[in-house]
Amino acid sequence: MGIVIYAYFGYFLSHRTKNPPPTPFILHHPYERPSICVRMKRYSIFSLARNALNYHQGWQKAWRSPDPKREYEVVIVGGGGHGLATAYYLARECGIRDVAVVEKGWLGGGNTGRNTTIVRSNYLWDESAGIYEHAMKLWEGLSGELNYNVMFSQRGLLHLAHSVHDLQEIGRRGNAIYLNGIDSEFVTPEQVREMVPFINLNCRYPILGALLQRRGGTARHDAVAWGYARAADDLGVDILQNCEVTGFRIEDNTVTGVETSRGPIRAKKVGCVVAGHCSVLAEMAGFRLPIESFPLQALVSEPVKPILDCVVMSGSIHAYISQSDKGELVIGAGSDAYLSYSQRGGFDVIEDTVGPVLELYPIFSRLKMLRQWGGIVDVTVDRSPLISKTPVRNLFFNCGWGTGGFKATPGSGNVFAHSIARGEMHPIAAPFSIDRFNTGALIDEGAAAAVAH
Amino acid sequence: MLLIECPWCGLRDQSEFTAHGEAHIARPDTPGELDEQEWGDYVFFRKNPKGLHYERWVHSHGCRRWFNAVRDTVTDHIHATYRPGDGQPDLSDEEPDQPS
Repeated sequence: MGIVIYAYFGYFLSHRTKNPPPTPFILHHPYERPSICVRMKRYSIFSLARNALNYHQGWQKAWRSPDPKREYEVVIVGGGGHGLATAYYLARECGIRDVAVVEKGWLGGGNTGRNTTIVRSNYLWDESAGIYEHAMKLWEGLSGELNYNVMFSQRGLLHLAHSVHDLQEIGRRGNAIYLNGIDSEFVTPEQVREMVPFINLNCRYPILGALLQRRGGTARHDAVAWGYARAADDLGVDILQNCEVTGFRIEDNTVTGVETSRGPIRAKKVGCVVAGHCSVLAEMAGFRLPIESFPLQALVSEPVKPILDCVVMSGSIHAYISQSDKGELVIGAGSDAYLSYSQRGGFDVIEDTVGPVLELYPIFSRLKMLRQWGGIVDVTVDRSPLISKTPVRNLFFNCGWGTGGFKATPGSGNVFAHSIARGEMHPIAAPFSIDRFNTGALIDEGAAAAVAH
Repeated sequence: MLLIECPWCGLRDQSEFTAHGEAHIARPDTPGELDEQEWGDYVFFRKNPKGLHYERWVHSHGCRRWFNAVRDTVTDHIHATYRPGDGQPDLSDEEPDQPS
């Protein structure tokens, strides 16, 4: 409790000195719905106490639900974590507050709400290190910045090595990560057992060592979407849910707006951040992407008392596992091998995941699995994302995060916002251009990251 | 899990098969004359449709022969399978799938 109070006080004190001047009230014609009605009330231990006295009846809505305006400076397509983060950083860091986020369903209802919430930045290539470590540094201050607890927990993340080949791979990758200034340690099987006492070191998949990133961990995925949405809304961003984009308005090879299920919206610039459907949107705009979409499944167990206080991944046997704060074991599987938009995968993939998990952790054999689901991941050939201009002017795409986009949410949104605002790609984003598939400058994380994102 | 009709072996479980992506991509006749743009498009860019997908499969744990399938990527319903060299089946009479 002392730490919590200190954290809140500490935040207030720093906030008082660093906060920019508040957003001015905007005067409106009396018949026009004001775009900013009430300034967001901050969450704090005092607001918690105050609302507790009122049986929690007085909490403000976290964001508005405005009707679409006819025109915005920037329209972001996709209200997941990356899209909302893009809108937030456009408003917060780039001075562009005339922004709409259009979402066909509800916020964070796609892959943001379906992933296994793992955050890490231990990638092989310099370009990947650039963006994932940028994200990691933003994660480290995110709850304070958004005034929303995203439950970011740097509980440590182990990559297991089961063979000599795996050891050589983590050796190469671990050193590359270290040379990029990112924490990475080699640990012995004995050290793995200290961290995970119930792990079976000498099973069918013997554990010969592991790569540890202590700053890796997990975050609450829904809270990330909600936190960015609330903070973006407070800065004047319109969040339009149940508003599906059905086409683009393109004149003279320049995008001028989007057609939506709630009417046309004009825009000077459009950013598409749509996991699972980027090829569909690209087709609407008249070009193709180097992407194929696959189902990726995950499952959670019934909640149990705390037993696993780090994230354990294993690329070579397609199983990664962590324990949520609710107590559920969160297990991620490999993606299905065939292209699909069905948001459900094959049972054989679940079998291939649960089998190795039980080899490694026999203690879990009698746990019941509560839920199992699938999401659609957009996978590029080199397993790195696309953050890019497109053949259409002023239309930008941020997609292709494959099986591991959640960890990059803050960094992806941040560099994408700056790229849209400037009209030129941010230096961290520039290598992730679509053109790399034509020039040959691939960022091949396929071998390094494989399945274990 | 899907049931797939191998054109040689009949109906088998999907775990016997391996998917190999978009079908009917012809290798360019004169690769040496292609520029970066055309070669990259041929190697990496795919249709990735939400709807009917013409795709290649291999019966890896069966007859080990290649064939093509037409599958709806929204419902995973396989409309037809056919041998390489056979023309694309005409599916214009098929009712569109209703996603569940």
